[in-house]
Amino acid sequence: MNRGTPGAAARPAALRPILRRQLPLVATALIFAALFGTAGWLYDGFFSVRVATGLLADNAFLGITAVGMTLVIFSGGIDLSVGAVIGFTSIFTATLVEKHGVAPGVAWLAALALGAALGAGMGALIHCFGLPPFLITLAGMFLARGVGFWINQESVGITHHVYERISGFELDVGPAFLTANALIFVAVIVAGYAVAHHTRFGRNLLAIGGNEQSALLMGLPIGAAKIAVYAVNGFCAALAGIVATFYTGSGNPSMGVGLELDSIAIVVIGGTLLTGGRGHMLGTFLGVLIFGTIQAAILFDGRLSAWWMRIVVGALLLVFILLQRFFLRKKR
Amino acid sequence: MKARAPVFWPLVGLAALVLLNAAFDRGFLRLTLLHGHLFGVPVDILTQGSRTMLVALGMTLVIATGGVDLSVGSVMAVAGAVSAVMLQGGHGLGLALAAAVGAGLLAGGVNGTLVARLGVQPIVATLILMVAGRGVAELIVGGQVIIIAHDRFEFLANGFLLALPFAPLLVVACYAATHLLLRRTALGLFIEAVGDNETASRFAGLAAARIKAFAYIFCGGCAGLAGVLAAANIRAADAYRAGENAELDAIFAVVVGGTALSGGRFTVLGSAVGALLIQTLTTTMYNLGVPPAVAPVPKALLIIGVTLLQSDRVGRWLGGLRRRAAA
Repeated sequence: MNRGTPGAAARPAALRPILRRQLPLVATALIFAALFGTAGWLYDGFFSVRVATGLLADNAFLGITAVGMTLVIFSGGIDLSVGAVIGFTSIFTATLVEKHGVAPGVAWLAALALGAALGAGMGALIHCFGLPPFLITLAGMFLARGVGFWINQESVGITHHVYERISGFELDVGPAFLTANALIFVAVIVAGYAVAHHTRFGRNLLAIGGNEQSALLMGLPIGAAKIAVYAVNGFCAALAGIVATFYTGSGNPSMGVGLELDSIAIVVIGGTLLTGGRGHMLGTFLGVLIFGTIQAAILFDGRLSAWWMRIVVGALLLVFILLQRFFLRKKR
Repeated sequence: MKARAPVFWPLVGLAALVLLNAAFDRGFLRLTLLHGHLFGVPVDILTQGSRTMLVALGMTLVIATGGVDLSVGSVMAVAGAVSAVMLQGGHGLGLALAAAVGAGLLAGGVNGTLVARLGVQPIVATLILMVAGRGVAELIVGGQVIIIAHDRFEFLANGFLLALPFAPLLVVACYAATHLLLRRTALGLFIEAVGDNETASRFAGLAAARIKAFAYIFCGGCAGLAGVLAAANIRAADAYRAGENAELDAIFAVVVGGTALSGGRFTVLGSAVGALLIQTLTTTMYNLGVPPAVAPVPKALLIIGVTLLQSDRVGRWLGGLRRRAAA
């Protein structure tokens, strides 16, 4: 906390600066390697390219929301509405395509626009009125979930030929193949990496998260950046909802319940500071892989029940948060 | 403008909602005495809203210290699971209750340690138990819904005492005790001081970390008791669904009740009114035939409206408009 530890400052810098700055990222990578290695050693057939590509395909929509969430958390905010937006988007596109005969492309564009608009609206409320992001996005979550159930209370299967073609799509990569969902996920991660670490927008977000007051005094466009980041996150969540319709071949208003927590957990496990201002998109990618590995390992084992997932993720969260505290203290 | 009691606007909202209901449905306010028990929609609202009121009570203190506790829903599930397993194991009701509330206090202790001692952000610290707690609850009940056949246990949630429903009475007793504890001692002031400015309160000689930890432990205990009530209400421990969205409802109740999320001044009574307001809104939706799954929409609009009204900037803006109109 605010009590400085005098001994810490005198400690010699044993690690090279670049390595020390990226230490959380290195820790995440090591944990992923250890988890995947252990699972590969324990279970026959786990250590394969098929499982690795499966990690990408099965966690595509979770991963896409995590990318948007990373950007929001960079800026020191948080967005609890992503899971509900996934549910809303999936039932929205499914109803448009199946019940109203709208072309899938048009339905996707409409869904993406709505997701971005909801995000921008929440961002505007948060920025213009100085309201807590936590509360506003909570309201956004209730709104999106309620409207999703309003559209349709039951799951709607999609039988459009475009969907058949997408779900049948496979890109051969040596011994395994990548599905359309995995490819979209990889594309979003690459785009997210570029935005976060190679654009002015990304740097503005980190500056705002680090210290909003000094970012303002430096003349950075705080309002535009904050509203934009929630819009981007809403867009990502809507895209994740569309990917979820590819994955399940249907739209369901109850899809993505609790997904916002998983997505925040992944960002934290990826080494991004929840107070904002520090983090790395690559860490989020590794976080998704860690999450997927635990899930796959539990499936492979067959004896462990699904709720172990929650406990392990909680324990990992604890480890990373304590790790972050440790680093922050050392820095002061 | 004259300063009104902070509980004024939530009460106005509740009264408006009740009048609206009574105007559309003549039977809304009717109370009947059947077999020595009081029945009617207001009694239902009180009984069903009692759990949110209880969780909101603990949440008020946590929010007053400038924090938030996201884990209350999961803690409710854990407490329900613990009480069910204890009763199933042939232990007495008292022991089962103590174990369940104890589990809640323990969870609060974990949150308090993380927030107050280690200085972790409250949202993050309580997120850990929110994620892991439900898994622990599933582990305790072995992934099954445990049916509880225990008359005195069920009495806690669905029983009647002197023609009045027992659960709201229990909750009112909790509120009264908390009010006395906070306002008849300096504890309430300490909590407000810590929430207002932690550094200043520490320089003033308050054990800020201990006061914060107390708030989380108290909140955990409230959630534990609420978990028992939830399990008693459905006569089963459902680790998966128990306390679902309880944290959201509780936070809403506190905010609607007039306690600001930024910490500092708090009103325990306001949170009770806020919880009843939310429950009345839910009941209204039922009465209007709105499917329960759509019910979150008006809740969302309510919360946006209330936070906007509480925001300083909107206040200044409205003040400017009023001045311009007067000029």
